[in-house]
Amino acid sequence: MTVAVVRFGGSNCDRDALRSLQDLGIDAEIVWYEDGLPADTTGIVLPGGFSYGDYLRAGAMAARTPIMQDVREAADDGTPVLGICNGAQICAEMGLVDGAFTVNESARFQCEPVHLRVETTDSPFTSSFEVGDVIELPIAHGEGRYEVQSGVYDDLIEEDKVLFRYCDADGEVSDEANPNGSKDNVAGVLGDCDNGAVLMPHPERATLPELGGTDGRAILEGLSG
Amino acid sequence: MAAFTAIVTVRLKSGVLDPEAATTQRALERLEFELDDLRFADRYEIDLDAADADAAADRAESMAERLLANPTIHDYDVEVEARS
Repeated sequence: MTVAVVRFGGSNCDRDALRSLQDLGIDAEIVWYEDGLPADTTGIVLPGGFSYGDYLRAGAMAARTPIMQDVREAADDGTPVLGICNGAQICAEMGLVDGAFTVNESARFQCEPVHLRVETTDSPFTSSFEVGDVIELPIAHGEGRYEVQSGVYDDLIEEDKVLFRYCDADGEVSDEANPNGSKDNVAGVLGDCDNGAVLMPHPERATLPELGGTDGRAILEGLSG
Repeated sequence: MAAFTAIVTVRLKSGVLDPEAATTQRALERLEFELDDLRFADRYEIDLDAADADAAADRAESMAERLLANPTIHDYDVEVEARS
């Protein structure tokens, strides 16, 4: 029983994710990508950072490593998989979720707190919320603008796959509340299975009251199995 | 087998926002250049040996499909030149 936090060269939120999970009482360990997933893996976190230095495109290299095939198979078997920031970019690059995360509209790296509106509760990561709940998490990315082809986006809406949208403190989804130019303020989406999810904001950076709030805890608890 | 250079050009699909290009265009305009638009593209020059130019192009196209381009946001094209 362990949540595997997969570390690539250039991951830098792996220890934060580990500490957050342990603080929640969830057994977790960091797994070097070349070592493969432990046999007793019950959940997977793909943490933030700059795997392979963001060469080519953020997440492009890590998405094509052998361990990601194991991650895909685990997701297909129902194991909860959470891709955070660079982990979200990796999952999009490998097609675990639809769409792509690319350069922010500002063309700048942005590190700031944002509000998110819960769009679906049909996932282990949002099951303790109500649709429309507003939470606050930090973002820290240069390539977080969600792009998706319009037909694919229509399917995402139809299938209730949008997890979070950027909004203001009152839950209003608007251009002003969109930090990076993402399509319709999308901040996170679900994959083919509802147990696979990605988001650009960092729940693991919002798990302690002393450090900017605890709204990330309920998301990470989706990994408790 | 013969030596070729496959040139793969990867660019954003028409209509996909390119903030880096927009920033670069604004910088050129600040330098008082006149221009209507500016687009970025990534160009990969890949030296390889293949039976013929078609085989070289096929391999380069596979490289673009599997890694160099992201089909959600990119179009690409492949040219092949003989390499001496």
